[in-house]
Amino acid sequence: MNLVYAASACVAIAATVMVITRRNAVHALLYLVVSLLAVAVIMLLLGAAFVAALEIIIYAGAIMVLFVFVIMLIGPRNDTVNPRTWVGPVILGLVLLAELVYVITSGKATSVAVKEVTPRQVGIALLGPYLIGVEVTAFLLLAGLVGAFHLGRRLAVSLGRKGD
Amino acid sequence: MASVPFEYGLAVAAALFLLGLVGVLVRRNLLFILLCVEIMLNAAGLAFIVAGSRWGQADGQVMFIFLLSMAAAEVAVGLALILLLYSRHKDLDSDALGVGSVQDEDERQRLARRGDA
Repeated sequence: MNLVYAASACVAIAATVMVITRRNAVHALLYLVVSLLAVAVIMLLLGAAFVAALEIIIYAGAIMVLFVFVIMLIGPRNDTVNPRTWVGPVILGLVLLAELVYVITSGKATSVAVKEVTPRQVGIALLGPYLIGVEVTAFLLLAGLVGAFHLGRRLAVSLGRKGD
Repeated sequence: MASVPFEYGLAVAAALFLLGLVGVLVRRNLLFILLCVEIMLNAAGLAFIVAGSRWGQADGQVMFIFLLSMAAAEVAVGLALILLLYSRHKDLDSDALGVGSVQDEDERQRLARRGDA
């Protein structure tokens, strides 16, 4: 298990180093997705399966797609679509795939010494003692929604189109 | 079958946070700065998960969920601001977008004339 942990930690750090050194934003995003997947593996090893799934769905899924939208709106550079771009992220992703195969075939995944915190416990804590936090988060998301909408309308105006 | 030591998890979180911080300080493209802020937020979330796993409590994961929704709100507003800046200045270099820059002054005067500022 320590081997799997060390491998995913190395993948996460290597991918993050690649993110902050790329010139092209699309390349950086590809590496960041790999980095987030590796961090999700670490969370899985720490017994936080629910949060690992959230990390992939929301971070690597939703937030990265927002970044891709914005990069496409700004206008990608010509060398964005290049087969060699994929080599680095694919190699790092293959390391994660090898970990997956290793954990499944070795059958050691069920004997993790870490005490798992189940989604049930998380839900009870979230809607029990932390209920006020959930409500504040709802306000925050509403503020983000209104702010993004307002800025988007100003953007439409400054591009010379009518708002809405 | 040893479990992952507590310190190693925190070390990885600290390393990721430092990388994000270096990115924020070194890069000048606003899009990359926002990406690096995401890296830092993610590293902080990983630290929460490590601590929650260490004590076997759900609080760490609850904090991560709050962090996740905060990151989503922050990215939505941040990216909208970046698009707005790009549509006005055709540039995302944080050094070129200073308050005192000539470009910005022209923009303010133009807006003032139009009665939009």
